[in-house]
Amino acid sequence: MPELSLPARLYVALVVLGASVLLGFAIVNRPVGRMDIVAILLLLHVVSESLLTRGSRDMASITLGSVTSLAAIPLVGMWGAAIAAWSAVLAHNPEGTPVVKRLFNGAQMSLSAGAAGAVYELLHKGELGLEASDFPQVLGPILAADIVHCAVNGVLVAIIVGLHNRVSPVVVFQGTMARSVMAYLAYGLFGVSLAVLWDGAEVGPAAAVLLLLPLFVARWAYAQYAEEQRAYDRTVRTLMAAVETKDVYTRGHSERVSAASVLVARTIGMREDRVASLRYAGMLHDIGKLGVPTRVLQKSGGLTDDEFASIQRHPVQGLEIVREIDFLAEANAGIMHHHERLDGLGYPMGLRGAEIPEFARVIAVADAFDSMTTTRSYRGARSLDEAVVELRRCAGTQFDAAMVEALVRSLDEHGWNPETVQVFSPPDATQVFDQDRRAFDHDDPASSLVEDSR
Amino acid sequence: MTGMRRRLDDAGTMGYVVVASAALLAVASVVVTASPDGFVDLHIAIAFGAFIAVGELVRITLPGGRDAAPIATAGALGYVLLTRYPDGAAHHSALQVVAVVVVAMLVGVAPHAVVGRAPSVDSMARRVLSIGVAAAIYRGSGLDAEVNTLQDAPLAFIMIGVVLVTLVVDAVVAAAVRAGADRAPFFAVLRNEIRAQAGIGSAIGATGALLALAASIMGSWALPVFVVPLLLTQFSFRRYAAIRESSLQTIRALSRVTELGGYTESGHSRRVSQMAVAVGRELGMSDAELRDLEYAALMHDIGQLSLAEPIPGGATVVAAPAEQRRIAHLGADVIRQTGVLDGVASIVAQQAEPYRRAHDVRRRDIPLASRIIKAVNAYDDLVGESYETQRRLDALERLRLGMAYEYDPTVVESLSKTVERSARLGV
Repeated sequence: MPELSLPARLYVALVVLGASVLLGFAIVNRPVGRMDIVAILLLLHVVSESLLTRGSRDMASITLGSVTSLAAIPLVGMWGAAIAAWSAVLAHNPEGTPVVKRLFNGAQMSLSAGAAGAVYELLHKGELGLEASDFPQVLGPILAADIVHCAVNGVLVAIIVGLHNRVSPVVVFQGTMARSVMAYLAYGLFGVSLAVLWDGAEVGPAAAVLLLLPLFVARWAYAQYAEEQRAYDRTVRTLMAAVETKDVYTRGHSERVSAASVLVARTIGMREDRVASLRYAGMLHDIGKLGVPTRVLQKSGGLTDDEFASIQRHPVQGLEIVREIDFLAEANAGIMHHHERLDGLGYPMGLRGAEIPEFARVIAVADAFDSMTTTRSYRGARSLDEAVVELRRCAGTQFDAAMVEALVRSLDEHGWNPETVQVFSPPDATQVFDQDRRAFDHDDPASSLVEDSR
Repeated sequence: MTGMRRRLDDAGTMGYVVVASAALLAVASVVVTASPDGFVDLHIAIAFGAFIAVGELVRITLPGGRDAAPIATAGALGYVLLTRYPDGAAHHSALQVVAVVVVAMLVGVAPHAVVGRAPSVDSMARRVLSIGVAAAIYRGSGLDAEVNTLQDAPLAFIMIGVVLVTLVVDAVVAAAVRAGADRAPFFAVLRNEIRAQAGIGSAIGATGALLALAASIMGSWALPVFVVPLLLTQFSFRRYAAIRESSLQTIRALSRVTELGGYTESGHSRRVSQMAVAVGRELGMSDAELRDLEYAALMHDIGQLSLAEPIPGGATVVAAPAEQRRIAHLGADVIRQTGVLDGVASIVAQQAEPYRRAHDVRRRDIPLASRIIKAVNAYDDLVGESYETQRRLDALERLRLGMAYEYDPTVVESLSKTVERSARLGV
């Protein structure tokens, strides 16, 4: 974390001060007779928070510290919970958290737990602890405490993030809430479950082990999943880059088509899981080109019928390769049909209009767009505006006009720079191939295969 | 039915023994429990039975292709460990536990069987047996009556003990079956089995104990509430297994680009990877090592993509040693670019190194995986898709001549056995 700005520092100081005052009151009013439980919760809290930081960061949805906090409220009340939550300061983090951040974390957890505990005690009269007879009337106060914990925690964190990154805390808060409101309901459930077992069933701290163990394992598996997903992504990109070594001019083409396809998909509001599949379809759309002899790919001027046929085969050959990949089922259609045209003059099947799968219509536009806006051996890159004009000219005959417009809109919104799309460059590629010849570019609408062949 | 028979064949003798004893236990328990006074506490049995059936319905495949039904197993363990209910003690016998579990399992599996996705019989049999053992220890020995006088805290520890024993029994039986099927050393398989099950197994065991403890005060409501953490666990594992599977499928698919480009013969990488994994398994490699081996075998020819002209027929065994090594290193460079497959890259890099150089008595540290790929690759280059016995024998003979210098003798021995076996099975 870079240096905090002055307002941010003042804010941290204020929160820590507030939480320290709360701690003072808590120690005075501590739940006598239940301090052993507070101590164990404190320990559990440190352990949960420490293990948490080791997992993948994007699973913010299970922060186990909140579970122990919410379990503490019915067991040891607001004062006990406020004391136990301060232990977040002690959480171990392999990367080494700065002292300021630790203090802030402990302070905000303590304030959240204190506030939630106050609401619980206000709504639930009676002694601390949970008995079977407390059900179901205790569920209301617990839910209220859960919501207050979520809100206070969210607000305190949103303000520091807002001050630090100079963005509106309201926007940050809304973002966090949208992501974590379901998770908070789950924390409430886990918290009360833990309290029931601990007190109601008299299992004691062993209950925490039994309840938290599956959650730790879930986190671990999720971290493995995230890691594997990242590895998968990199592997596919690298292998495609290796395939592209056959032709220097198409280096990075797959990545860029993939990126442009995603832009289009997001603009037309495609579901996120389909976008993920389309991203791979874009990446792999030209994999069948490896089956086209290099000499044909690089040939200048007209093609013989045989050579033309071998080019036309590449979508099918691509499909041959990827069709065993189950989760890419929809992507398969995109790969197979990315050279179909709306007017039915495309290949390999001559599908028309809406017969052409949606993925293929998206990729076709992205493919042509990238082909026009990057340098080819026989011409320089065209400007974005020229490319857009050309795409619009061909909309309705070659391309789906809706996809063209979606691309144009997202270009306006996000901009486009072929250089910034990350490209893996495999070693040894340039020395091996002599690319200094004019190549036939099968993706460029200007090369217009259809007209040549007629 | 053919699918089932095939799986049993694969599982070998040990598989038969496990399935037969589980079937015996299942029938005996149902018969005994079905007698008029053999069955007690119907409402508890129904609650747990339904829970187990649903758990069986939402079965998952763990990373590495192991069948698992975490929720059903946790439910069964919970039923084993349940000694109290809000309305009094729970008296069901060990045999009743097995009977309820068996019936619930069959109910949960039925929809899968209808759509033709029946789970592997030996994994179900194994679960019946391990639950039987747990029930015998806890309920059959009178331990349950004994612990009923205990407070809940020590009870929890006794439960954890029973759960641990159950998980170990399960792993040992699974390893015995697998070792028989793969002709792999038992302890290597057991280690793999324990590693694969440790994470999800501890979550299952903890939830089992949790269900029993919670049900003692909340009754059946405990089941849907306390299964939530395990549900999250199962969800994470399913996603993990799915991405692992996609990853493998993708590497398999993409490994064929060299065939498409005319660099290698069709099916070469796939045959090499299958045979390499069979050899690696027989030599007792761990799951993680086998995975790297499989990836490396699939991608071992990827370096050829950087060649201007394909080698005739793609057979690297006929290329000059220096050229072979250059291709190996080019391939490794490509794989290293991923930044996440360094282990695979180094296997690929050393796939062309001879086992030992003449006049060189020093041991050279070439990874076992590389030695396996070297031998298997040479074998497949020589034999290809051919099924002719003579050609197989000739190829093996040629490898044997290169033994001790070119090829690792242990690997060649194991390869010959694998080849003989697949020839016998007519694969």
